[in-house]
Amino acid sequence: MSALDDAWARAERLPDAVLVAGYIVALWLVLAVVAAAVGGQQATNLAAGFVGSVTLLIGAYALLTLALNLQWGYTGLFNIGIAGFMAVGAYTTAILTAPVNPSTAGGVPGFGLPLWVGLPGGMVAAAVVGAVAALPALRLRADYLAIVTVALSEIIRLFVNWRGAAEVTYFGQTFGTGGATGIGFKSPRRVVADLVTGVGQPVVSAAQSVGVSAPNVVNIAYGLGLLVLVAASFWLLNRLVESPFGRVLKSIREDETVTQSLGKDTRLFKIKAFMIGCALMGLAGALFRGNAGYISPAQFRPTVTFYIFAALIIGGSGSNTGSILGAATFTALLFYLPARLGENLPTFGASSPGNIIDAVGPLGALNPGPLVAYVAGNVSTLRFVLIGVVLIYIVQHRPQGLLGYRNEPAASVDLSRPRADDGGETDE
Amino acid sequence: MGIAKSVSEGRQLAVERPGVGVLAVVLLYLVADLLVKLSGTTVLAFGVPLIGGSLSTGSLLSMILDGLLVGLAVGLAGIGLSMTYSILDFANFAHGDTVTAGAFLGWVAASLTATIGADAALSERFLFDTGRQLGAASALLPILVGLVVAAIGTVAVVLLIDRLTYRPMRGADNISLLIASIGVALALRYLIAFVFGTQTSGVASSSVRFLILPGLAVTDNELALLFVSVSLMVGVHLLLQRTKLGKAMRAMADNEDLARVTGIPTGRVVRFTWILGGALAGVGGYLLVLESGTISFNFGWILLLLIFAAVIVGGIGSIYGAMAGGVLIGLVDSLALIWLPSGLTRAAAFAVLIVVLLLRPSGIFGGVSTA
Repeated sequence: MSALDDAWARAERLPDAVLVAGYIVALWLVLAVVAAAVGGQQATNLAAGFVGSVTLLIGAYALLTLALNLQWGYTGLFNIGIAGFMAVGAYTTAILTAPVNPSTAGGVPGFGLPLWVGLPGGMVAAAVVGAVAALPALRLRADYLAIVTVALSEIIRLFVNWRGAAEVTYFGQTFGTGGATGIGFKSPRRVVADLVTGVGQPVVSAAQSVGVSAPNVVNIAYGLGLLVLVAASFWLLNRLVESPFGRVLKSIREDETVTQSLGKDTRLFKIKAFMIGCALMGLAGALFRGNAGYISPAQFRPTVTFYIFAALIIGGSGSNTGSILGAATFTALLFYLPARLGENLPTFGASSPGNIIDAVGPLGALNPGPLVAYVAGNVSTLRFVLIGVVLIYIVQHRPQGLLGYRNEPAASVDLSRPRADDGGETDE
Repeated sequence: MGIAKSVSEGRQLAVERPGVGVLAVVLLYLVADLLVKLSGTTVLAFGVPLIGGSLSTGSLLSMILDGLLVGLAVGLAGIGLSMTYSILDFANFAHGDTVTAGAFLGWVAASLTATIGADAALSERFLFDTGRQLGAASALLPILVGLVVAAIGTVAVVLLIDRLTYRPMRGADNISLLIASIGVALALRYLIAFVFGTQTSGVASSSVRFLILPGLAVTDNELALLFVSVSLMVGVHLLLQRTKLGKAMRAMADNEDLARVTGIPTGRVVRFTWILGGALAGVGGYLLVLESGTISFNFGWILLLLIFAAVIVGGIGSIYGAMAGGVLIGLVDSLALIWLPSGLTRAAAFAVLIVVLLLRPSGIFGGVSTA
């Protein structure tokens, strides 16, 4: 444990950008090694597929954890309605950009606007819903706010799932949510794909010459695009929390009454922070869940919210760098890697039995094969047990997460200067 | 004099708490609408249906029965959540999955008991997707065994979770405990999925129907739910009012420090809180499956928000509130169908939760504590 702590202590002294970039590259290398071990002839393409999928996940979760960190880590607002705000952003984007005359049968018509209108539109809608939710809810205790937000997110999901909202006509314009079947719209991935196959054709050719398929190049490009967005949000949020505005947020987290007594209208600050966070969640909802140009209500169940929470807590709430590291750790090491390892676990020739009784039974005859095969076949289930256990362990033993609450006092002056020359006795 | 006084009081209330006033208007409209609907007439204004519609008394009664049944089971499950919320002071997000665990343990036991002596492989007796359906009238003994196992098994699960997760964290702030409970919820839910799979299986179906009124029938399984949940609620009431343990629990829910000063062994009371709450949650889950007929690894998780709604509407910490809140939320969930399309009834129950939290966070019986 101490060696690990030592390594962390050394890593923490690195500049944040280097730390984050180095960590993500290290995760890519781990995935590449796994792909090389199991891929055989297709190893390069498999590695590219792994890296592409994981980069998309890291980018999306990092956007979401950054948003949640602004609300919870800095302001102390316990929002567990993330899935709902993602849904508002994604659905608004979808309705704004869905084609006016859908080509597929049963498709829902929309306004046919371009994505550069649709995505900001989604962010604004999510921010407005966030404000409406925040206005009455902010005077509630943290755990009541949690329950209100999770209930709101379920109401939003049930509403978009509702048949009556699937397709409506107002003022001659037909639009809707598509109900339970979902809605197709302008795919953000399509934009990246056009860019890659157009301007980036030499890159695609080079990748194909080493065996990486074009869709995987698009995948990686999309993931990298999200990471650029993460970097921009990171820069913006860091500016924000280091500004006087951010100092007020941190002081609200520490003690709201003191902040009020210093003459700050804390409600206004809380609502603003909540709206900014919700806007970012809406954007992430559209770009992550809707990356292929299709969304449906089942993608916005509350479980997503709790995964994002797990990611933030692993990384450490109260630190933007920690948020990104947590998102990377959660998605790559806890969410993605176990599933890929499970697919390729050696099973000693046994095929996976259909149920646990047939898997445990042969243990009596000292035959672990079926059980191992069963475990390997159900790794995608077991990884959530792992996530739960990690969450409990972190709350019990390292509540600050990997990098939480470090060195971010709510003061504008440097509190760490030596006090020797401040006067007073020196020869005690 | 009397009328003038109440009018002025009413005006004062409307000015001070506009939310309550709006709520009262909405409720009055809904009641009036219900009465007009029952009479089968529709009032139109400019060709738009303003109020009314049609609704038969029979379907209203069966909706009420439906809501009552679900509400009783939810209330039963909510008692544990309410007690841990007030005594340990945190919102336990793992409670829904405790309900699932109880249901699975109980139904495995019922299934094993029902197939004693049958010539079937263990996997077929143990697991559910075999087409076997139990009913309270046709398989009374297995159902009873399952009920007992659901209670005892859930207590064991809950005590183990408390030992591993919450006891090392006693005194931690309520948000840390809440996050830990999210971890417990994930681990427990997917352990169940690992053992039983992620499919939805049919395990129970009623074998007898009793016609109470024309258009209103009740099945043996529903009667079992009604009987067991009402008698357990009476039992909890007696436990709280007549025993020393019950008095200690009420004292701790009201004021923990004062209880400790008085010499109440708070650690032991906390353990009994888990035992009682766990047993009732397990039984609640078991009965819900008996009523609905199907079981899946995440039904308790989906139910959790409804249980929270019951507890909050009834007032956190109040055990009677949890029971009444459960019934109320069950009724809202089923009666909302009169006014809302079928996709949105659950949303109405959550809306009630939000409205109560905003307007009256102490619950609709607020101020009335466990005593």
